[in-house]
Amino acid sequence: MVTATTDDQLDAVFGALADPTRRSILARLTQGEATVAELVAPFEMSQPAISRHLKVLERAGLITRTRRATARLSHLRAKPLQDATEWLTAYREFWEERYERLEEVLAALQEHDADRSPDPDPGSDPTGRSTS
Amino acid sequence: MTELKVTAEPGVPQILTERAFDAPRELILRAFTEADLLAQWLGPRGYTMTVETFEPRAGGSWRYVHNDGDGNSYGFHGVFHNDPTPDGFVQTFEFEGAPGHVSLDTMTMEERDGRTIVRTNSLFQSVEARDAMVQSGMADGMSQGYDQLEELLEQQGASLKAHHDS
Repeated sequence: MVTATTDDQLDAVFGALADPTRRSILARLTQGEATVAELVAPFEMSQPAISRHLKVLERAGLITRTRRATARLSHLRAKPLQDATEWLTAYREFWEERYERLEEVLAALQEHDADRSPDPDPGSDPTGRSTS
Repeated sequence: MTELKVTAEPGVPQILTERAFDAPRELILRAFTEADLLAQWLGPRGYTMTVETFEPRAGGSWRYVHNDGDGNSYGFHGVFHNDPTPDGFVQTFEFEGAPGHVSLDTMTMEERDGRTIVRTNSLFQSVEARDAMVQSGMADGMSQGYDQLEELLEQQGASLKAHHDS
């Protein structure tokens, strides 16, 4: 749940997600763990540059890194992403609910206007509908 | 189709929203600027909304209160910066529970093929204030009750279908 997430963590997550390279890295990691060399391949960037991006992602808790022999593997961690999404989702749901009611108000107004003016199109006002 | 888009960029004290409505913008303007219409949709579900002052013109002020039915009330007030037109309007917004934290809200409307895209831009004094607003909106949103939302969606679905069938 969101309550377990501090604002600092959210800042770190959103900061990490603000960069297109880091988003691409996360997208790659959704397909499975990868070494730094594998992550460097699709980008026109040096290995140290990619490593810096990985550090940002790790600090945000979006990836974990483990060692296997000499290679360092990055794994995606889904939890902070879920929390970050929920943070805005709930706000969005709040406004969605209001806007759905606004839509009802608008529909009632349109119906009212249609009732007042002579309607040239008899099909535009389905029978049996009433404004409660 | 009528999905609400919400954008809150990291490090920017701003929230943007965008949503399309099947109505001309003159009608939407009425729903935003006539107190009796506003009261029908702006209050959180389960609350009663009382509009105490509402002067939608340049320099006019507004104040409304949400009551939860258990004796708790939440007041909001602000000032209209310009005369509202079908292009939109600008106003200030302040929750009286957090005095001094004021946002500047710009609402714009763009009509396209009988549909209107409503955009809002809320600019806060700091990223912290923005985040606090999102958190409070979240808490309210959570407490709305999903059965009510579902019921509303069904009604809305029925009304949209009736429009579509015509």
